[in-house]
Amino acid sequence: MPTGARGRTPSTISINVKLMEKYRFKQKSRAVEFLGEKFIALNAFIAIIAVLLIFIFIFKESIPIFTSSDVQKEASLHKMMIKQVYYEGRDAKWSWQPNSDVPKYSLLPLFIGTLKAAIIAMLVAIPLGVGAAIYSSEFSSKHIREIIKPAIELFAGIPSVVLGFFALMILATPLQKILGSTFRLNAINAGIALGFAVIPIIFSIAEDALTSVPRSLREAALALGASQWQVSLTMVLPAALPGIVAGIVLGFGRAIGETMIVLMASGNAAIISGSLTDSVRTFSATIAAELAEVVYGSTHYNVLFFIGTLLFIFTFAINLCGEFVLVKLKTRLQGEY
Amino acid sequence: MKTTAEKEITEVTTDSISYRFKVKSSGLVPRSLALLAVIIIIAILAVIMFNIFLDGIGIISWGFLTQPPQQGMEAGGIFPAIFGTVALVILMTVAVLPIGVLSAIYLHEYTSPNSKITRLIKIAINNLAGVPSIVFGLFGLGFFIGFIGTGIDSVFLEGNRPVWGQPAIIWAALTLSLLTLPVVIISTEEALRTIPPELKDASYALGATKLQTIRRIIIPQAMPGILTGAILSISRGAGEVAPIMFTGAAYYLPYLPIKLNDQFMELGYHIYVMATQSPDVEKTKPILFGTVLVLLVLTFLLNFTAIFIRSKMRRRQISA
Repeated sequence: MPTGARGRTPSTISINVKLMEKYRFKQKSRAVEFLGEKFIALNAFIAIIAVLLIFIFIFKESIPIFTSSDVQKEASLHKMMIKQVYYEGRDAKWSWQPNSDVPKYSLLPLFIGTLKAAIIAMLVAIPLGVGAAIYSSEFSSKHIREIIKPAIELFAGIPSVVLGFFALMILATPLQKILGSTFRLNAINAGIALGFAVIPIIFSIAEDALTSVPRSLREAALALGASQWQVSLTMVLPAALPGIVAGIVLGFGRAIGETMIVLMASGNAAIISGSLTDSVRTFSATIAAELAEVVYGSTHYNVLFFIGTLLFIFTFAINLCGEFVLVKLKTRLQGEY
Repeated sequence: MKTTAEKEITEVTTDSISYRFKVKSSGLVPRSLALLAVIIIIAILAVIMFNIFLDGIGIISWGFLTQPPQQGMEAGGIFPAIFGTVALVILMTVAVLPIGVLSAIYLHEYTSPNSKITRLIKIAINNLAGVPSIVFGLFGLGFFIGFIGTGIDSVFLEGNRPVWGQPAIIWAALTLSLLTLPVVIISTEEALRTIPPELKDASYALGATKLQTIRRIIIPQAMPGILTGAILSISRGAGEVAPIMFTGAAYYLPYLPIKLNDQFMELGYHIYVMATQSPDVEKTKPILFGTVLVLLVLTFLLNFTAIFIRSKMRRRQISA
């Protein structure tokens, strides 16, 4: 057995006076122990307190939407969801124009924009993330895996503002030529860059799920005459499927909440259309672009915090579901029914 | 009692039709599709790095890194943005590191992994990691500036000008520290798991109390993991823009942030404003690409270091 390197493995402790001096512990009072534990516990509760405070302080600023009749004249829940007639004699429509003479706070254009960008991101990220995870855990040698995993970690380390910059300055022009679109910055451009941010999330969760499928399962299939890839596709993949789906769901949560990429690369026009080559404005980018200019405590300010509350609740729910599936899967694969 | 494997084997044998494997196909198609995904991802990474490197390297010089911007960002360097970023992440690390490390120690040393409180804290950590960064920005504005800062001002201030109830580097740093808290907790926890329990037993056998064991045995042994957590959180914090855009970052300042309530310039925010609001993109383009290159190199170096330390730590775990 390896010894000597650190020499502190219990079975090889030799009597060493210096070492004993170093580890001679002074007697301490019970009070210190008690207070120490309480102090450490207090730190652990900061995470819980932070989540609660985030919800309280964001929701607090959007309360006037539910209570103040002045605010409700411009932005009530009803007005944010349903078609409105803004000018007499014109058709009712959904519109996000908070700075016009008649402020319009319909959330539908933003919702559609967010969904468009996120769906394109998922179309990019799911095949690449899941495919790479399958390759890494099923088909690659150990050496190749030690290249793939750090490469994807580096990918994950690219700041989102750099991905947004890449889409805005480098990707947009050639992409516009390929698509032949009128808008240089559009849903596809933002969605592709957003997909780059989601790939590492899907990869790492899917890879984790695939590698935690027990060896015995693979061996059973191999013994029945399956080839390596047949084992992967017919045994391992179905067993790890809930984990892969959880990865996709958590990736979708990230795509909905990601800000800088869509802010820089989407064109930020709140248009309702079915076309993916139109500019889009997402929830997150709306907050980022407009909060700096709003008057503190105005209706617009309340609405932006309300959008923040929606984002918080949505990602909270998605995370809870994702974690639930992952924990269940882990215990099942470890054989603890 | 049957194990999972035995159950699965029973299922497989009784359900042999669905598991009758054809012998002929070589599996080339699934294997090449999966490989293609890997190749595309690495190609994307290479294209991003190559383009930014190619257009950014030309302007990088000692002067670019040490001079303030001149002529409305069309000349000069980015020193104040580098200084602001470094100051920001130092403040953030000072705030997040003790909280994160102690949280991980509490979870690993004081509670059982299946207790209700552990699960509650874990849920909170996972959710904190999933909250969109722009929501952290809203929270920083509403809580740190609007509640804490304004609160301090209303108690201590006579004049009308806010001192603490305004965007400032301390509020931006505290907002970022909440955002990076899960990173520190998760890496520290991973390190705590690699410590052999015999070490703790030996410490207790020598008469040490729990607190003494934590201070003299556990924290020193977990140092690589704590370091990894610190580096990863710095890398994350240095690249985040959305949480700081309302809590303290400024596009141009003639002074450096030396007080806690100063505003500051920051690399990521600098990139965002230059790329989207510059009146003449062509003129500022070299400086813009140079700034992106500096930020990218900074985060890559930090991530490389973290990956390296962690792989050494994992090797130690295997040999132990």
